[in-house]
Amino acid sequence: MAALLEVSGLKAFYGQTQSLYDVGFEIPTGGITTLLGANGAGKTTTLRAICNMVRTDGTVRFDGKNIRGMATEEIVRRRIAHVPEGRGTFTTLTVDENLRIAAYTRRDKQGVRDELDRVFTYFPRLKERIQQQAGTLSGGEQQMLAIARALMLKPRLMLLDEPSFGLAPLIVQEIFRILKRINEEEKVSILLVEQNAALALDLATHAYVLETGRVVMSGPSAVVKNDENVRKSYLGY
Amino acid sequence: MEQFLQQIASGLANGAIYACVALALVMIYVSTDHINFAQGEMAMFSTYLSWQLMTWGLSFWAAFIVAVALSFVMGVVIERLILRPLHNAPVLSIIVVFIGLLAIFNSVAGAIWSYLIKEFPSPFPKSSFGIAGVIGPHQLGVVVVTLVVLGLLFVFFRYTPLGLAMRAAAQNPQMARLVGVRVDWMLALGWGLASSIGAVAGIMVAHIVYLDPNMMAGILLYAFASALVGGISNPAGAVAGGFIVGVLENMVAYAGNQIEKATGIYIIGNGEKLTVALIIVIFVLTVKPAGLFGRVVVKRV
Amino acid sequence: MASTSKKWVLGIVVLAFVVPLLKPIFPDAISDYRLFLVSTMIIASIAVLGLNLLTGFNGQFSLGHGAFYAVGAYTAAVLMDQLSVPYWATIPAAAIVCFIVGYLFGLPALKLEGHYLALATFALALAVPQILKYKWLEGLTGGVQGIVLNKPEVPFGLPLSEDQWLYYFCLVVMVILFWAAANMLNSRSGRAMMAIRDQYMAADTMGIDTALYKTVTFGISAAYTGIAGALSASAIAFVAPDSFNIFLSIKFLIGLVVGGIGSLTGSVIGGIFYVLVDNSAQALSQFVKNDLGLPFDLSAYTVFGVLLIAIIYLMPMGIAGGLFMAWRKIRGAR
Repeated sequence: MAALLEVSGLKAFYGQTQSLYDVGFEIPTGGITTLLGANGAGKTTTLRAICNMVRTDGTVRFDGKNIRGMATEEIVRRRIAHVPEGRGTFTTLTVDENLRIAAYTRRDKQGVRDELDRVFTYFPRLKERIQQQAGTLSGGEQQMLAIARALMLKPRLMLLDEPSFGLAPLIVQEIFRILKRINEEEKVSILLVEQNAALALDLATHAYVLETGRVVMSGPSAVVKNDENVRKSYLGY
Repeated sequence: MEQFLQQIASGLANGAIYACVALALVMIYVSTDHINFAQGEMAMFSTYLSWQLMTWGLSFWAAFIVAVALSFVMGVVIERLILRPLHNAPVLSIIVVFIGLLAIFNSVAGAIWSYLIKEFPSPFPKSSFGIAGVIGPHQLGVVVVTLVVLGLLFVFFRYTPLGLAMRAAAQNPQMARLVGVRVDWMLALGWGLASSIGAVAGIMVAHIVYLDPNMMAGILLYAFASALVGGISNPAGAVAGGFIVGVLENMVAYAGNQIEKATGIYIIGNGEKLTVALIIVIFVLTVKPAGLFGRVVVKRV
Repeated sequence: MASTSKKWVLGIVVLAFVVPLLKPIFPDAISDYRLFLVSTMIIASIAVLGLNLLTGFNGQFSLGHGAFYAVGAYTAAVLMDQLSVPYWATIPAAAIVCFIVGYLFGLPALKLEGHYLALATFALALAVPQILKYKWLEGLTGGVQGIVLNKPEVPFGLPLSEDQWLYYFCLVVMVILFWAAANMLNSRSGRAMMAIRDQYMAADTMGIDTALYKTVTFGISAAYTGIAGALSASAIAFVAPDSFNIFLSIKFLIGLVVGGIGSLTGSVIGGIFYVLVDNSAQALSQFVKNDLGLPFDLSAYTVFGVLLIAIIYLMPMGIAGGLFMAWRKIRGAR
């Protein structure tokens, strides 16, 4: 299986502070990969680095081409969708506008309409709220909207940052079920960053563990799940 | 009574102009957090462009359209060339650059076209337009033209994908990048549009205030007052604010006039219009910074 | 370091006092016109210093210092015109009036920062000429016509020309004001002022009464610029509303930016600079018209505008600051 995204020697800086040192990993086409790690390990920074939202060094190959250093919007236009942490929605725009914005470069109106219908099959709840301002949605609905909007980009790779953050367990389960479906039905590869390691390891096929800006361990989820250190540090048993 | 109606009507006509300039200010403010102190001078420059085109033989409306288009280009170029490199500069630097632009536009207009006051034509026929005794043809024309422009803008921002992308870029630039919006270009387009709207205001008002390099100073002050009354980050509010301030300005002068007639004591009149605007600006800024329709934005520290 | 720069300042001041006395020896080099020009530079320096105290040392913006200059000028002019107050006595009077006006304006300004304060002061600058024409004040201010005054006369039968005397008068006022400013900035209050500029929240939590400091600084700043205005009324012997327009405030801003934000010496350089450019505009325009053959009347404000933008790009510390850095580099290299 060819790798969709290959990251090697990735470094990232916030001003003078370096927060990633030599991060490397691969995401196989069609798989779900998760990045685990404690607070401040560099998980979010890794996602931001892929999209060039921080100053970076190293290589990021997407579909065989180095995309490091490209403008964020150009990377996104290569169909990498990034769902940032803390519900990334345009709060003053309506649900409908939030979804359409992702397709604004497309000229085929019918195609966009079909796309919307298909996205609503995953998130029927959003359809009921279509004219509501995003800021008035509940936390779970906003997270769903953020994922739905990412889907509108017809992504080949979806980067998800803490989709469970601050949500009730039932909602989290629902969102993870949908993510699984998206991965299978839409053939979208997923890179998932998650505090909830147990949940993430259940969903993912591969896992990488980050510590202070470096990859310290990697392997199939099943193997990582049974590693003693991982169990103690992240799974809590 | 007729005089009262006249005052309201001419207040609405002035208000339409203020609404345009205020909207231009707000458009730049919401997307970049900058207050464009040179907005008035840019509009003045655009008006001279249209005047020049007319002296070269273009009809009023042809000159209008070409000048508005040139102003759009001018706005885009200024944003890309001068302001883009400063997007992380401290506030004072940005303000200084705006004042520099103001000085350049004013003095260059004076250099090219001289500081002599020029008459500016009105495109609206004297015979058929207007309502006798209440509103003159030019005033009514100004209101109609600005309403059409504002309507077009509303449709653009509300119903077109590009308008949506511009709103998204203004609301949350980083997130907009993550859905593939070229945010830098959206800001430049916003500048272009603001510059065009200013041009419309300038060309419409020039017949009333005459053409000279300082023609927009007072109007800019009123536009500031309008934008603040409507809430500096609220485009619809700015338009409403423009009309409110336009009418208010005339009502204050009218009331002053009536008082003088009744008591013989002069308190306030046409000579104090800018002072009224100054008072509105300071009052709104200190007492109700969110304006009449604005939301209070909690500032991070 | 500190003592050498003190010596320099002292040397320049002594020179400034001695040189005009050599007028009989070099009548061409030290003409009355040139002395008058230097007087206007001195006045400009004081005005820029006033703005610098507020913006440079306290971090509050003002695009409307022309308003305080106008208040100072009109205070002086009205006192001389209506009450026959001698010109020298109008200086403290203008200072007091402007301090009060500045302090009062500083109260609402407390709630504003950054762009908003700039906006409020910009609005003030735009409205000033109209306020000066207000009908009720016409009896005092002379309305649109303004007030014509007499130039200060040479006292005690001193063997000086009017312009020489004006020069000395301005110079003395300037030396006193700069000395006072330097002392103030070196004191506890001065450090508090700058702490507010650099770290507002920290200064507040450290127990500095930020509100008091900011309003008083506004008052002092207005008083300085107002004194400059009063001096200008005496010097030009005329005040009229339309000379106090927005462009006057822009000149102060160019003085501030060219000289360097937060620099005493810079205020002098900035003041000299804008008067020079203003006065050479005519020559510049002639040059553009005759020598370059362009059909334009170039004004000083084109130069000002281009410079404002260029300095922000190239020398954000101002010309004085930039030269100082360059000088330090050269010394460091040795």
